[in-house]
Amino acid sequence: MSDAISALPGAAFEGAVRVEESGLQGMITLRGDFGTAKLKKAVKDTVGVAIPATREIAQKDGRGAAWMSPDELLLLLPYADVTDALGKIDKALSGTHHLAVNVSDARAMFRLHGATVREVMAKLVPVDMAPGAFAPGQIRRTRMAQIPAAFWMTDEDTVHVVCFRSVAQYAFDLLKDAARSEGRMGLFD
Amino acid sequence: MLILTCPCCGVTGEETEFHQGGEAHLKRFGPGSSDNEFHDYLFAKENPKGVHLERWRHVYGCGKWFIAARNTVTLEVYGTYSAQTTEPPKDIRDRISAKVPGWSWREFA
Repeated sequence: MSDAISALPGAAFEGAVRVEESGLQGMITLRGDFGTAKLKKAVKDTVGVAIPATREIAQKDGRGAAWMSPDELLLLLPYADVTDALGKIDKALSGTHHLAVNVSDARAMFRLHGATVREVMAKLVPVDMAPGAFAPGQIRRTRMAQIPAAFWMTDEDTVHVVCFRSVAQYAFDLLKDAARSEGRMGLFD
Repeated sequence: MLILTCPCCGVTGEETEFHQGGEAHLKRFGPGSSDNEFHDYLFAKENPKGVHLERWRHVYGCGKWFIAARNTVTLEVYGTYSAQTTEPPKDIRDRISAKVPGWSWREFA
């Protein structure tokens, strides 16, 4: 099989914050009834965390689960482990109504790091980025300029953005533009 | 600009994050109905100046449908509620009545 590559390998920009493409990230879209014990167990077994509460993301040891909608989770795990994990999920959930799909190659992921990441995101998304309104551990699916995107913070200085791979260049250009040091506005300082 | 709260994921977002999906609480007429009923179901939509009940979808967020009670004149949003209902809940009706006494929308008032 040919080597897998991410959407914009090595793309990075140094401005008010650093914007970089995150590289290959394993992702599984899992849909089903969150209330069932089988699904809860499958999530725990796959990524090591419990199903997160509404609009939250739980992460542990490079794996995680993000709440995408009342019946959809995004599981994060190492790229190489996805096929195995999918097999296990399908086995564990056989007989229950569910959907588990490998979306690793259908998404692009970016990492923003710097003291002013809140301001950079606030320029692009219709979300209140003030400290206290959006905190690490929460995930928000929204509109980033003209494309759908989801993002979360792992700490006060780091934001992760996920979007469709087909718009990866557009997303990177947007983030790059918003992150230019000439564009500092001093929000949330 | 409308500020809507999605009852499915709890996000309060501005209009561009959502998409309007036409009139709410439609009664469907399909095979077996008369031509007039089917015509009205397809084409005779409410277009009020004032209180309106509409379907909306949180298209950039959780992707779920819900219903919004709003005013087409003042752009006031009285509330949003689950799409799995056949009539507006009492608290929404009370809130509309407090602002627009004597309102009616199709069979609801």
